[in-house]
Amino acid sequence: MSDEPAGELDTPSAVPGGSVPARPWPAVTRRIRQSGLLLLLAAMVAGFTRADPAFLHVANLMSVLQSVSVVAILAAGVTLTLAVGGFDLSIGAVAASSVMAASYAMVVWGLGAVTTVPMVLAFGACVGLVNAGLIIWLRIPDLLATLAMNFLLTGLQLIPTAGRSISSGLILPNGESADGVFDPRFLAIGRLRLGGVLPVPVLLMLSIAVALHVLTQHTRFGRLFYAIGGNEVAARLAGAPTRVLRLCAYVISGTLASLGGLVVAARVGRGDISSGSSLLLDAVAAALIGFAVLDRRYPNVFGTVVGAIFVGVLLNGLTMLNAPYYTQDFVKGAVLVGALSLTFGLGRGSR
Amino acid sequence: MTAPDPILTLHGLRKAFGATPALAGIDLSVESGRILALMGANGAGKSTLVNILSGSYAPDAGRMILRGRAFAPASPADAARAGIATVHQSTQLAGTPGLSVADALLLDRFVAADAPLFVTRSSVRRRAAAVAAHAGFDLPLDWDFAAIGPADQQMVAIARALSRQASLLILDEPTASLSAREAARLFSVLEDLRARGLAIIYISHRSGDIERLADRAVVLRGGRIAADLPRPIDLAAALNAMIGRPMDSLAAERRESGPAVLEAQGVVLLAGASPIDLTLRAGEVVALTGPLGAGKSRLLAAIGGAAPIVGGTLRLCGKPFRPRSPGEAIAAGVVLAGPDRHRSSFVPSDWPGGSVAETISLPHLRRWFPAGFLLGDRERHAAEHAITRLGIRAAGPRARLATLSGGNQQKVVLARWQAEPTRVLLLDEPFQGVDVGARADIVAALRADRGTATLVATSDPEEALQLADRIFVMERHRLIPWADSARFVA
Repeated sequence: MSDEPAGELDTPSAVPGGSVPARPWPAVTRRIRQSGLLLLLAAMVAGFTRADPAFLHVANLMSVLQSVSVVAILAAGVTLTLAVGGFDLSIGAVAASSVMAASYAMVVWGLGAVTTVPMVLAFGACVGLVNAGLIIWLRIPDLLATLAMNFLLTGLQLIPTAGRSISSGLILPNGESADGVFDPRFLAIGRLRLGGVLPVPVLLMLSIAVALHVLTQHTRFGRLFYAIGGNEVAARLAGAPTRVLRLCAYVISGTLASLGGLVVAARVGRGDISSGSSLLLDAVAAALIGFAVLDRRYPNVFGTVVGAIFVGVLLNGLTMLNAPYYTQDFVKGAVLVGALSLTFGLGRGSR
Repeated sequence: MTAPDPILTLHGLRKAFGATPALAGIDLSVESGRILALMGANGAGKSTLVNILSGSYAPDAGRMILRGRAFAPASPADAARAGIATVHQSTQLAGTPGLSVADALLLDRFVAADAPLFVTRSSVRRRAAAVAAHAGFDLPLDWDFAAIGPADQQMVAIARALSRQASLLILDEPTASLSAREAARLFSVLEDLRARGLAIIYISHRSGDIERLADRAVVLRGGRIAADLPRPIDLAAALNAMIGRPMDSLAAERRESGPAVLEAQGVVLLAGASPIDLTLRAGEVVALTGPLGAGKSRLLAAIGGAAPIVGGTLRLCGKPFRPRSPGEAIAAGVVLAGPDRHRSSFVPSDWPGGSVAETISLPHLRRWFPAGFLLGDRERHAAEHAITRLGIRAAGPRARLATLSGGNQQKVVLARWQAEPTRVLLLDEPFQGVDVGARADIVAALRADRGTATLVATSDPEEALQLADRIFVMERHRLIPWADSARFVA
């Protein structure tokens, strides 16, 4: 609303809606902004393929998708909390502690994949529930509550193993040795390629992307999520059960974060204490880049997943061109600043 | 007030947005020591004219002469320096909670480039007192800005605007959120300013304000001056010029009503407040009028499930009714459209759900899409039906709300709650920022709904008269029947 010229409500020109057909220029720039990031993605793929035709091989594309799958899954959850007007900063720690929980369950308790997976997902859902409790019932601002939860879990995951990473033969704090092993069926979650081509994490990412896209864009629940994020008072006065829906968003976000942690644990095959360190910021960046995809300017699952893939393609291509690893964060940051400027800065006047 | 000199003269002022002219040639002179009422329906060009005078827009063509010199402000600050003081409609923006009244009075001084870096409490208080005294107001300088009433907030905005040697004061709907008593205080302030030789442009929809204050009324329609009326102002002629068609006798006719739908017995809204009895019948429109803070909004919110009641009973169609949330009330057929549609009904216009169709469907999603998926044309049909039935000027069901004028936005709110049959329709200040034409359409749509009991809260008695079968005046949580309503209905 604040972007509208002050007199718009009082001018007849406002009534026919949208753009003014007499001036084609704003329509062109809007079209460019809407498809800008997708065009850039296509251009990048073309450029990297030109530099090295191997870039376009199915195996490489799958490895790009696999490398972004965990971030994309986490980011889809964050997108949902953004849609209800909140924010979940605990996802990185939820994923990391899920890596530890899954490893601990199998290595120390000797459990199999069939028990471990639901247990860890339930853990993520519980964290979401606690987040929702802090935010909705104790009325702690979302950023603060989930940031605090992030700290809490980051510390909590270190306690059972006294700060050691978990692999078979781990020496526990009481001096005993843990002899459990990772269930091969569990490792398949991170390592199996269906038909020799499609990695399971990519399949998970795509299924979640489609499911959440349909949920947010094509169901009444999605409409209510966005209504709460847009104006919670109005949503409540329209009869929406705002607390329950906000709670759902945080529970879904927590569950997806623990799923991301399961994928990491299954791929790495050990409970590495530093495994989740960059996940939070990468996922938040993907969700924010998602605002710019299609120039939507609001959190949306499609944009989020494209945002994650965009960063993945860029990093993969640059690595292929022998860019040093330590430039990666700089590149991600540059993409984020560029995407946000594109969305919020350049197009303001013509909306 | 003999032979007043024009302080501001406009010649052939034009402004267009895209292909549509907002101002199509305005010639006007504004005299000092006079109050000029600027009237016009939404979209008539009032805001555009004010935005040009106050330096927010540049005109496409035409000349402005202020105190004998060409006037072409490059910015609002430029216009303020030239002596044009503008007080916009939402005066809450004049200050913020946590700021004292004295701070709010000096806010524009604090942000000035030559402001001192450090200020002491006593210097702030002294300078604020000077600003208030210059305007001739007595304001509680030490109070928190949020704690003073809307009338005082208005005074703060006016005093601040006047503190820069203004010769022309522009007020945009200053009484929109004032009670009758507060408005009377504002009027005497304005009369005092007029007597001191200030030129005042006063924008209002309210005939009472104009009757009391205006020395002259200029009516805009379609970006042109449709009427220029001297005092005593012929309000009927002004209204006719405004809407372009004659207005019938104002007061609504009282009709037969159906069975009792909602009965309130001894309802207490706040601890210590007096109990309220009220019966609403099917097919009637009941209006609550009275000053702000009298409990009108609270009564509506309590019936609509948005606020608790302390004591007493509500019965809906004979059965006890005690909604714990708006959702429960809506499920029982009792719906509430809160005051300030942007705050209580709409999501931001560029956010998902900000189109006409999505705004209408929000409370009905469960009924319209029981499977959960938003498939089929139900939503679009409902919006198209509403657009035709209520005469909503919008590009279509998918038009964003920000592209609609205030009156049309309010019709969308009404369309939302009339999209499904309801037992009780509660509307809190439904005519804020709604022009006369749209108001007439909304009144007709409310009165045509013969199956519903409608309760409308409005602080404007004229709106109540135009709308209602029965009127109550609410004062300090008590309902008083409008005893001499017969006088108006004649």
